[in-house]
Amino acid sequence: MSTRALRRHITSRIMTGLVIVLSFTAVLALFLILGNLIIKGASSLDWAFFTKSPVPAGQSGGGVANAIVGTGIVVGLAAIIGVPLGVGAGMYLAEYGSGRLGWLVRFIADVLNGTPSIVIGIVGWTFIVRPTSRFSAVAGAVALAILMIPMLARTTEEMVRLVPHSLREAALALGYPRWRTSLKIVARTALGGIVTGSLVGIARVAGETAPLLFTALGNLNFSVHITQPIQTLSLQIYVYATGPFEEWHRLAWASALVLMGLVLIISLVARWVTRQRYGRIR
Amino acid sequence: MVASANARLRLETVKLTALFGQHRAVRDVSLLFPAHTVTAIIGPSGCGKSTMLRCLNRMHELTPDASVTGEVLLDNVNIYGGAVSPVELRRRIGMVFQRPTPFPTMSIYDNVAAGLRVNGRRPRTEIDHAVSRALQQAALWDEVKDRLHTSALDLSGGQQQRLCIARAVAPEPEILLLDEPTASLDPAGTQRIEELCHVLKRLYTIVIVTHNMQQAARVSDYTAFMYLGSLIEVGKTNELFTKPTIDQTEAYITGRFG
Repeated sequence: MSTRALRRHITSRIMTGLVIVLSFTAVLALFLILGNLIIKGASSLDWAFFTKSPVPAGQSGGGVANAIVGTGIVVGLAAIIGVPLGVGAGMYLAEYGSGRLGWLVRFIADVLNGTPSIVIGIVGWTFIVRPTSRFSAVAGAVALAILMIPMLARTTEEMVRLVPHSLREAALALGYPRWRTSLKIVARTALGGIVTGSLVGIARVAGETAPLLFTALGNLNFSVHITQPIQTLSLQIYVYATGPFEEWHRLAWASALVLMGLVLIISLVARWVTRQRYGRIR
Repeated sequence: MVASANARLRLETVKLTALFGQHRAVRDVSLLFPAHTVTAIIGPSGCGKSTMLRCLNRMHELTPDASVTGEVLLDNVNIYGGAVSPVELRRRIGMVFQRPTPFPTMSIYDNVAAGLRVNGRRPRTEIDHAVSRALQQAALWDEVKDRLHTSALDLSGGQQQRLCIARAVAPEPEILLLDEPTASLDPAGTQRIEELCHVLKRLYTIVIVTHNMQQAARVSDYTAFMYLGSLIEVGKTNELFTKPTIDQTEAYITGRFG
């Protein structure tokens, strides 16, 4: 082997090793968190944990059924509000957003994407909680939706832009009006990506605590009323983890594990949808 | 009958100029496309032949900054006149592109039916009939009749291109525009498409853009030679290729430039 070939060989080995170490470091954090949660939380997971509401402080037993249901309600409402608006805005940006208005919307979306989520919570408090004089699930959902919309708008835009221009032209040449081309051809082709983006967005906000502190507030009792304060897993973790009781800490770890599992499941579904997409239509 | 209805159809351009911003991609072209013939537009890359084709069904204007002056007359009506809707117009003029563009979310059947459905709801049997007719015209029926409801992306490149032809002819347009339809196909696929031109010209008026002179000689009745956006010469294909009257044409067809 010539010296040059040898040098290249060695450099290649070193760089490959370096990249492997770096990627392991990156996922190490995830495994540490997950492992820690399982060690400290898994033992508390029993039937009562999923079916019972919290018991008064100091007593043992009880569960977080109220928080699990509450998370479902708040995140579900947020998705109902946020997904249509976010995806719609993304479609607009990709298909018609080449002008000044498109630039403005894109800029605002980017700023909003970078806004700390606690600020979004304050916005929810100012515009919904204060006028209605009550904390509520709806207020929490709106705060989460505001967080979701710019995220979805930008990912939808990316996905729609991936649709080849030739498909648009083919539809237009067949006599499709522009709006129908966008809806029937472009959006349908990008659907897999849009669904994936939406699920990732939903998973992101499912773990948010800060925007819910002054909006959904939290509720130690079981409640499904969307005009009343409601508990979510993230709020439950916040309260229990900072509380004084050993029992609460135990439940906080278990809740964190459940929340993490929930996000994992949504992400897996998102991956599955993506694979379906590429499996079927390349 | 489609053929008799189309017998008097006239498509012609009058001093047609197509612009991208200030750049004139097509300059002052006046050209007649006789009914039920194949007219080939040839010329070196960038001579404006594709742009010329895209002016005929108002696809050119979809490009940002693009504009058109002059007229395109379809049965003596200027298609750039205020009363003509480009969407309606494109239903009368089918187009096939360089690369096959099947709709990836649709089955073979739905691809062919796409242009029919956009024209309003129709009975299922009517669509069934039109789809099989179009696939037969595109010489694809025998290969796909047993798998009409499978993804169009499972077809080979040549089959996909014939699918696009079927999709274009399904709504029974009067004119068929082919923009280098064989550019991405192998010789066998190319031959199938060329054979189709001979068959389809009985039903439609065909305009084909090609950079392949042999192809123009094989498929067309008339050939127009364009260079730098201008129409240099047009004539019956056998005459243009055997005794061109203009030096530039002769230079191009004998391979001395372009």
